[in-house]
Amino acid sequence: MKSIKRQRKLQYFSFKRKYLGIPYGIFLFLFIIIPIFLIIFYAFTDGDGNFTFDALVGFFTTWTKINVLFVSVFVALQTTIICLLIGYPLAYFLADKKVNKNAVLVTLFIAPMWINFVLRTGATRDLLTWIGINGGDYPHLATLIGMVYNYLPFVILPLYTTMLKLDQSQIEAASDLGANHFQVFFKSILPQSYPGIISAVMMTFMPTMSSYVISDVLSEGKITLFGNYIYLNFSLNAWNDGSFMALIMLAIVGISMFLTRKSEKKAAKGSSIW
Amino acid sequence: MVKKIFGQIYIWLILLVMYLPILVLIAFSFTKTIYIGQWTGFTFDLYVSLFEKKEIMIALGNTLIIAISSAIISTVLGAMGAIGAFYMKNKWRKTLDTMTQIPIVNAEIVMALSLLVLIVFIDSLFFHGQGSLKGFWTLLLGHVVLSLPFVYTSVKPKLQQMDPYLYEAALDLGCTPRKALFKILIPEILPGILSGFLLAITLSLDDFIITAFLTGPGLFSDGDISTLSTYIQSVIKKRPVPPELRALTTIISIIVILAVIGISIYQNHQNKNARKRLKIRKI
Repeated sequence: MKSIKRQRKLQYFSFKRKYLGIPYGIFLFLFIIIPIFLIIFYAFTDGDGNFTFDALVGFFTTWTKINVLFVSVFVALQTTIICLLIGYPLAYFLADKKVNKNAVLVTLFIAPMWINFVLRTGATRDLLTWIGINGGDYPHLATLIGMVYNYLPFVILPLYTTMLKLDQSQIEAASDLGANHFQVFFKSILPQSYPGIISAVMMTFMPTMSSYVISDVLSEGKITLFGNYIYLNFSLNAWNDGSFMALIMLAIVGISMFLTRKSEKKAAKGSSIW
Repeated sequence: MVKKIFGQIYIWLILLVMYLPILVLIAFSFTKTIYIGQWTGFTFDLYVSLFEKKEIMIALGNTLIIAISSAIISTVLGAMGAIGAFYMKNKWRKTLDTMTQIPIVNAEIVMALSLLVLIVFIDSLFFHGQGSLKGFWTLLLGHVVLSLPFVYTSVKPKLQQMDPYLYEAALDLGCTPRKALFKILIPEILPGILSGFLLAITLSLDDFIITAFLTGPGLFSDGDISTLSTYIQSVIKKRPVPPELRALTTIISIIVILAVIGISIYQNHQNKNARKRLKIRKI
């Protein structure tokens, strides 16, 4: 008797698997979408909630704020390029069966990420101070070294996974058909590893621009990146200015997303010819 | 041959440079100096004083509590989300996918600020800026938001690889949808759920920005909740890494090394199994 009743009860609300996604969707809407709209709202209002362009005008007329943008882009570009220059050959060698046979080495390159990153940053700073590159005298160099230390694993991983998929027969064919080492690299290996490079750049550039701890600790507060500036506004309770800086960051993220999507589509089109 | 030697030298050289700061900290964890570079005699004293230092132990406890609880919440919510989205109509699935992508590509500090602005907004709307909402629950919320999309993206591929007829077969054989979910679907995607859980713990353990922005008075204490990241940041800002933390680095490194060894054994085991299966198929 009881079980029949229960079954009838169940029929009123029949369980469907897609209902499981509803709490997730609501959660994302509440805590991802609404906060982003609030950032836009705060970026264009003042302390009393009135509409204003103060933050926008202030950003483009204050030299220190524009400077933050330039310095952030400059440091992020340098970090990305250095990471790629070190990480690309590294990933190539790691994926080459003739050079490296055990996959444990790759895990070793990612393992530092499991040690608390603030602690690692402090360790890097102490080591650099010991060998004479202290943040007080060489803020830029020290910051750059710290960034490369932190983001190298993020470059190695995507590059390594694309290198594993390299079409070896195409590379061999290229050299059989008379291409020299440089031609093989630029015409075959580099284009094939393009997706890995893009995701490596995405993993390094944005996080470097918006990082706070690394630049703060390693440059002893002398280099102000986007992250440091937003943090400063946060500690001053300046929501409106902070929100506007965050909005610029969001815009840069959006543009870079758009560009990578476009280039991915282009790459997909290019490959469909073959 | 030249390439092999050069490649191996290059790999090991970069590996050495990458581990150098940690190795130096570990080496100097056996001497009681304030500044690295001055050796003042071998001792295990730092390992004793590490456990006597209340602030570090509290921060460590907070870090673990938040990491585990936020990972559990985001694993349940994220796995449910992934399963639900997989069986939704195309339009809704794509909406959820896009919403999941936003926090993954977004800068962490922007996410932290946006959540803080949400809290400030609610505060000004309902409490006239009087009540401080920041505390344990906002901190937990921040960590869930941080790790949730990664759980979703690690469960999703497992759903795509799954045999879709298993669930239908279970229903045909008399399972209720709920029973089929727990007996068939969840065991099939369990590896994805587990890796999502581990990823969530890793992200939470390492996080600084979200914690710094959203921390507040604890449930049982008045001072702001400190995690390992925020505690270390506050002490290393102007001074070198405190001696006790060098001992902590050694302990964490040993755990990480053990994990790496475990992973490599597991990988070898899996590879062997895969090879065995291949052999059977060939026969």
